[in-house]
Amino acid sequence: MRASDAGVTADLAATADAVRAKQNRNRLLRGAGAVAALVVVTIAVNAFSHGSFLTAGNLTNVLRQITYNAILAIGQTFVIITAGIDLSVGSLIELTGVVMASFANAMHFDGPGLVVATLVVGVGVGCLAGFINAVPVVTLNLPPFITTLAMMLMARGLAFKLAHGQPIPLASTAFNSIGTGFVFTGARGAGFPGIPVPVLWLAVMVIVFAVLLTRTRFGRYVFAIGGNEEAARLAGINVKLVKTLVYVISGGCAAIASLLLMAKFSSGSPNTGIGSELQSIAAVVVGGTSLAGGRGSVVTTFFGALLIGILNNVMNLLNIESYTQDIVLGAVILIAVVFDELRKRYLAR
Amino acid sequence: MNGIVKTFPGVRALDGVSFDVRAGEVHALVGENGAGKSTLMKTLAGAYRADAGTIEIDGRPAQIDGPKAAEALGIGMIYQEFNLVPDLRVIDNILLGQEPVRSGFLDRAGALARASAVLTELGIVLPLESPARRLSVAQQQMTEIAKALVRKARLIVMDEPTAALTEREIDALFALIVKLKAQGVAFVYISHRLEELPKISDRITVIRDGRTIETRATADLPQDEMIRLMVGRPVGAHFPDLPPVAPGAPVVLDVRALASAGNVRIADVTFSVRAGEIVGLAGLVGAGRTEIVRAIAGADVPTSGEIAVAGTPVRVRSPHDAIAAGIALITEDRKAQGLVLGMGVRENTTLAHLVDFVRGLFVSRAKEVDTTNREIAELRIRTPSAEQLVRNLSGGNQQKVVLAKWLIGEAKVYLFDEPTRGIDVGAKAEIYALMLALLERGVAIVMVSSELPEVLGMSHRVLVVRDGHVRGEFARADATPAKVIALAAGAAA
Repeated sequence: MRASDAGVTADLAATADAVRAKQNRNRLLRGAGAVAALVVVTIAVNAFSHGSFLTAGNLTNVLRQITYNAILAIGQTFVIITAGIDLSVGSLIELTGVVMASFANAMHFDGPGLVVATLVVGVGVGCLAGFINAVPVVTLNLPPFITTLAMMLMARGLAFKLAHGQPIPLASTAFNSIGTGFVFTGARGAGFPGIPVPVLWLAVMVIVFAVLLTRTRFGRYVFAIGGNEEAARLAGINVKLVKTLVYVISGGCAAIASLLLMAKFSSGSPNTGIGSELQSIAAVVVGGTSLAGGRGSVVTTFFGALLIGILNNVMNLLNIESYTQDIVLGAVILIAVVFDELRKRYLAR
Repeated sequence: MNGIVKTFPGVRALDGVSFDVRAGEVHALVGENGAGKSTLMKTLAGAYRADAGTIEIDGRPAQIDGPKAAEALGIGMIYQEFNLVPDLRVIDNILLGQEPVRSGFLDRAGALARASAVLTELGIVLPLESPARRLSVAQQQMTEIAKALVRKARLIVMDEPTAALTEREIDALFALIVKLKAQGVAFVYISHRLEELPKISDRITVIRDGRTIETRATADLPQDEMIRLMVGRPVGAHFPDLPPVAPGAPVVLDVRALASAGNVRIADVTFSVRAGEIVGLAGLVGAGRTEIVRAIAGADVPTSGEIAVAGTPVRVRSPHDAIAAGIALITEDRKAQGLVLGMGVRENTTLAHLVDFVRGLFVSRAKEVDTTNREIAELRIRTPSAEQLVRNLSGGNQQKVVLAKWLIGEAKVYLFDEPTRGIDVGAKAEIYALMLALLERGVAIVMVSSELPEVLGMSHRVLVVRDGHVRGEFARADATPAKVIALAAGAAA
């Protein structure tokens, strides 16, 4: 059975058009997820809250509140794209916070130099913990759920021990500006308070990690490993190294979130991170990254965190009690993954 | 079974197979790899549904629309890979799904009684309390047989039952089969070991290309005749002419005493391939051919032996080492090992050589697109664009993407594992043409193929592999299907 050449060419062109249309549709659907929900929710909510939601002050506040979760979720995104999971990030906030506060208090110098040194120490500890998470995963093929669960317990326990169960107040005031400061404050008169410093950190991290994920060899390998680890290995990719690095990145992100939290509260606390790991996973999932691996994006993770943050904020504005808030959040996560699954099935047709 | 037809997308796996099995008979099914034996077996087991044809049991038409239905009809399956739950005790495995229950709870005494009764009937002893994982292969097989009998199987289908057994265990198995035959149990016996069939089977049916070729009493079908029927068609008709290897062409790949412990243990593999030469590895499924090329490519880490590429010894500890040394492995299972299905043509094409596409810190998408488009044009990959997900391509085009991935690296040694499996004739011809083009570049090619005509038609030399060893070598002119099959199956050549 062989069609004429002209027929084949026409067929191909038609197929090409169909596929292009399908791809456009897919792209639309992919972007549609978090963003569409965001717009709908925003409009509805603003009406309900009598206009108190859509104010510069409130929106700035929302961004500042989501910063910590969004930073954790950036690292989590890398891990989840490789089809892994990192349950330790909440505890690592605590461990690195306690370590950083103790370190800063023990130093005999102050000022920006202390902040940088503290950051380096904290990120070092976070990355080391991530490395320890990864070793059993890449050498013995143990499930990351287990190794990071173990790290979650160990890091939390260690943080409590080091801090004797109490928050460690920061002696230095050098951290205040990154915790609670603002930049671009020129428009205060117009009701715009400026951009909180932590939000600036978040913006830089979103850009840097989005570029790392989409434009570098490392990023490509992260996707390839999540999509088909064996094919990646046979293509000569150092799978163990790449997988190790994603856990290191996740640990490092936890340390940066921790630094910003510590600066905000002027103390390193051993119980600030409880539940954060699940919040970060929720942000990644709501952002449309597949827990099965191979697919995901730092930018949509940001929107996932933003959507969750807005929901929290709105429910607060509407005076919804916290138990109800949990129910709503849980439902949103469920809806997000159901939507994702339905979308995949639709695309598979 | 009468006129059974089973088609898969693009393939007619069974095209009118008919045979019958009588009570108390052992009926052997023989055929080359891919002749349709496994599909037929799965149709009997209810794993596949036939598209046409009828199955009658005791003269009554039977609908086998699932494993449960097969079981209810008294059909027991014993696959080459056993279906035991390794952590359950032997007794629990035998009675799995048939556990006697008394007032809602498992009846331990009843279970023991039933399992013992079956073992007594079989005249065998098994450690009922041990977990199944501790059993030897032969004991596991006995457990499977006991399992089938507990389900009152009257027809037992066995796939390569002797493949992993020792001589003594085979004798014990045959004794058991004879005993069950006397009780009226019928057997369908699928085996590549042609020499054992006269000992155990009553009749033999030869299958080729999904069709029944002939059914005869075992006594009337000598082995050479059997092989002739299995191979059947003329060989080499649709293959391009292989250019002869230039006299004095340098050795590009040299493998000495290679051993590895992959799925099949290979040992003492020694051969070399010259520039412009294709060496075919023939053998049965599970003989170790794939493991040989995997060891050379670092997919399995060699435990000993030496590999040299173009005269330079290379130490292969990982696929990365092999790629760096100029060895490319085109894997047998493109979906599981060759491609990232959720990525586009571009990303798959550049995956193994991404380092060549880096400009500064970043991957140059423009250069990727250029290269990919060039490969799409050269290999005539049918895809609307370089961005199309490979998931959405046809099998032949997916295979071409895998080839593109390795062609852009300009390796010196290409290892093709089943390069044309599951793709249509047109794409096959293109892949053969591509192999010839590679030869002109002076590369060395090793090709594993289960299609005997392909090995014979596309190789300068054929190595026959059995039990992880190279058992013999044939020059192109001497390699006849009968000789290769005989050596691959372990019969006296």
